[in-house]
Amino acid sequence: MMQQLVMYPLLFQLFLSIGLIFLWKKISWQKWISAVGSVINLGISVWLFIHIWENGTQGIQAGNWEAPFGITFVADALSASLVLLTSIAGLAVSVFSAGSLMSARLKFGFYPVFHFLLLGLCGAFLTGDIFNLYVWFEIIIICSFVLLTLGGEKAQLEGAMKYFTLNFLASVVFLTAIAVLYGLTGSLNMADLAVKVAEIENRSLVQVNALLFLVGFGIKAAVFPLFFWLPASYHTPPSAVSAIFGGLLTKVGVYALIRVFTLIFEVDPFIQNVILGIAFLTLFSGAVGALVQNNVMKVFSYLVISHIGYMIAGLGMMTEVALTGAIFYLFHDIVVKTNLFMVSGIIHRVKGTSDMKKLGGFYGKYPLLSLLFAIPLFSLVGIPPLSGFWPKLSLISAGFDLENYWIIAGILLASFLTLIVIVKLWAAVFWKTGEKLPEQRNFPYFDNLKNFQKTQLIAPIVFLSFVTLYIGFGAENIHSLSVRISEELLNKQMYIDAVFNKS
Amino acid sequence: MKTLILRTASNYMLPLLLVFSVFILLRGHYLPGGGFVGGLIAAIAFVLHAFANGLENTKGLLRIRPGVLMPIGLGLAFLSGLAPVLAVDEPFMTGLWWPDHVPVVGNLGSALFFDIGVYLVVIGVTLTIIFSISESD
Amino acid sequence: MEVLLAIMIGVLYAAGIYLMLRRSLVKLIIGVILLGNGANLLIFLLGRITKGSPPIIPEESSTFLEAYTDPLPQALILTAIVISFGLQAFAIILVKRVFKVVKTNDIDEMNTTDAGS
Repeated sequence: MMQQLVMYPLLFQLFLSIGLIFLWKKISWQKWISAVGSVINLGISVWLFIHIWENGTQGIQAGNWEAPFGITFVADALSASLVLLTSIAGLAVSVFSAGSLMSARLKFGFYPVFHFLLLGLCGAFLTGDIFNLYVWFEIIIICSFVLLTLGGEKAQLEGAMKYFTLNFLASVVFLTAIAVLYGLTGSLNMADLAVKVAEIENRSLVQVNALLFLVGFGIKAAVFPLFFWLPASYHTPPSAVSAIFGGLLTKVGVYALIRVFTLIFEVDPFIQNVILGIAFLTLFSGAVGALVQNNVMKVFSYLVISHIGYMIAGLGMMTEVALTGAIFYLFHDIVVKTNLFMVSGIIHRVKGTSDMKKLGGFYGKYPLLSLLFAIPLFSLVGIPPLSGFWPKLSLISAGFDLENYWIIAGILLASFLTLIVIVKLWAAVFWKTGEKLPEQRNFPYFDNLKNFQKTQLIAPIVFLSFVTLYIGFGAENIHSLSVRISEELLNKQMYIDAVFNKS
Repeated sequence: MKTLILRTASNYMLPLLLVFSVFILLRGHYLPGGGFVGGLIAAIAFVLHAFANGLENTKGLLRIRPGVLMPIGLGLAFLSGLAPVLAVDEPFMTGLWWPDHVPVVGNLGSALFFDIGVYLVVIGVTLTIIFSISESD
Repeated sequence: MEVLLAIMIGVLYAAGIYLMLRRSLVKLIIGVILLGNGANLLIFLLGRITKGSPPIIPEESSTFLEAYTDPLPQALILTAIVISFGLQAFAIILVKRVFKVVKTNDIDEMNTTDAGS
C-alpha cells in the first residue's frame, strides 16, 4: 500500500483531468472541481513528502516489470519536494485562473489541459526512466502549446510559433541524445545507466552525449544562448498561464539537468567549465535584458532567465554546498515566480496595461495590496530575512571554497541588477503618479470586479506569499532539506538501491 | 472528389474496414496489431467515407462528435491501469488475467481493455484533427 | 545497410535544420517533420540492426531459441512517432491560424512579440 504512494499524485492528476474532460461544457463545475481537486492533490503530495522524508528514497515498478526492463518511478527527497511545490503552485494558479480568465478561454478546455500539464510535471519529477522522461516532457510541451494559444490573439500566435519551434528542436535533440545513450549502453533506466555509463571506455563519445543532453535540457531551461523563445512568448498568454509557465516549466529543464548530471554523467572539468560559463552568461544576459524592458510581464520573463543562472551555477560547481544552494534556490524560485506573474496579472487588471511608463499610483490607491506584492518582489531580490537571500549565501560560499571568483562576481552582479530592476519597477508602478488612461470598453477592470472574484485573485497571492515567508523565516528547515537532497544527489548508490531492491 | 466509383466503393469499404480494425485490435496482444493500429484503420475508414461523400454525410453517419470518444477511451485505459492498484494492490498497469479461455478473443485481461481505450482515443483524436483541418477552409 | 542508414540520417538532419532556418512557415513545418524522422531512424540504427530474427517466442517453447532483434527501439520509435504525430497536427493547425491572423508566411515579419518595451 505505502509503496504505491509514489504514483498516487500521478494517478490522481490523471483521474482529475479525465474527469474534467467529461464536464467539458460545465465551466462553473470545472472551477470548483479543479480547486477542490488541487487541495486533495496537495494533501497527497504532503503525504508522499512526509513518507519519503521518514523512509528515504522509494521506487515502484510500473506494470510490475523487473527494474532495468520496465518503467520505474522513483521518489527521492528532491522529487517529492518538487511534486509538493508543483501542487502548491497548481492550487494557487487553479484558484487564480478561476477569477482571472475569461470564460471564452475556459470553454476551450483550460482546466483539463491545465491538469494534464500538472500531470506531466509530476511525471517528469517522479520518473526513473530516461525515455519516460522524454514522454513526460512531450506531454508538458503539448499542454503548454494549447495553453499558450488559447484565445488565439495575434501576439499569442506569433509567440506560440517561436515557442513551438524551439521546444520541438529541444525535443529532437533530447531524443537524439537518448538514441546515442541507448546505443552506448542498451539501457534506459536511469539507475541502470548510472552504473553502465561509468563503465564505458569511449569517454569522448560519452562527453558528446552529455553535451547533447545539456543542449536539449538547456533549451527547455532557457539558459544563455538558447533562451530566446522565452521572452518572445511568456508575456503573450493570460497571466494565469504565464504563472504556471514561469514558475514550473523552465524548472523542469533545470531538474532534468540536475538529475542527469548528478546521476548519469560524471561532471569532468571541461563540462564543468561549460556549465559555469553558461551560468555566468545566463545570469548576466537575463538581468541586463530585464533592465531595458518596460513591460512588467517582459521584465519578469527576463528575470526568469537570469535566475535560472543561479541554479545552473550551483550545478556547475558540483560541491555539496553549491548543490544545496541550487536546490534551495529552485524551491524559492518556483514559489516566487509563480506569484510574480499573478501579481503582474493584477497590475494589468488595474489599468488595462502592463507598460511601466503608463502605470503608476498603485501604492496610493491600494496600500495594503502593495505591501502584499512587496513580499514576492523583495524575496526575489533577496533582502536578508526573505527567501532569496539564503540560497545565494550557500552559492557564494561554495564559490569561495572553489576559489572561483568569476561565478561569485556573476552571482553578485545579477543580484545587484535584479535589485535595480525591482526598485525601478517599484518606483514606476507603485510610487510614481500614473497617467490617466482612457477607459477601454469591455475590459474587466479590477475595481469593477465582484468581491468574490477579487478574493479569487488575491487569495492565491496571499497563500504563495505565506509560503515564501515560510521559506525565508523557516530557512533552517528548508536548508536542512536541501542539504539532505544534495547528499542524496552526490551519493547515487541510494537512488540505485531504491530502484533495484524490491522491498 | 465526388466520383461515382469512389463513392460506391467507400460505402462498401466502411463496414469492411471497421470490422478489419476490430480484428486488428483483438489480435494485437500476441501478433502484430493492437489498439493504435486498429484505431488508425477505423479512422481511415471514416476519412475515406468523408472524402467520397463529403464531411457532413460522415458526421451524420457518426452521430456523435468524435471528440467524445477521447475521454471515454482515456477513462477506459485509465481504469484498466488502475484495476490492479485497487483490486490486488499491485503497481499501476500490472496485467490482470481472467483465468479461463474465452472463445474468439483468447485470454481476457486488463491489457485488452487498455487497448480498447487506446483504440477509442486514436479514433477520436485522428477524426477530430482531420475534421477540424478540413472544416475551417 | 548501417552506412546507408547513417548517411540517410545525416541527410535528414541536415535537410531538417536547413528548412527550419528558411523564412517560410510551411518549410518550417516540413523541416520539423524531417528532423523528427531523422531522430526516429537514429534510434532504429543505434538499437543494432539484426535481420530476420523477430523477437517472438515460438509456440512450443517458453524461451527464445536464438539471438533476436531488440524490440525496445521499435517501441521507442512507435512512441516517438505517436508524439510527433500529435505535435505535427498541432503545428499544421497553428500555422494555418497564424497565416490567417498575421496574414504572412514570412517568419521575419512576425516580430511584434520581440519588439522592445
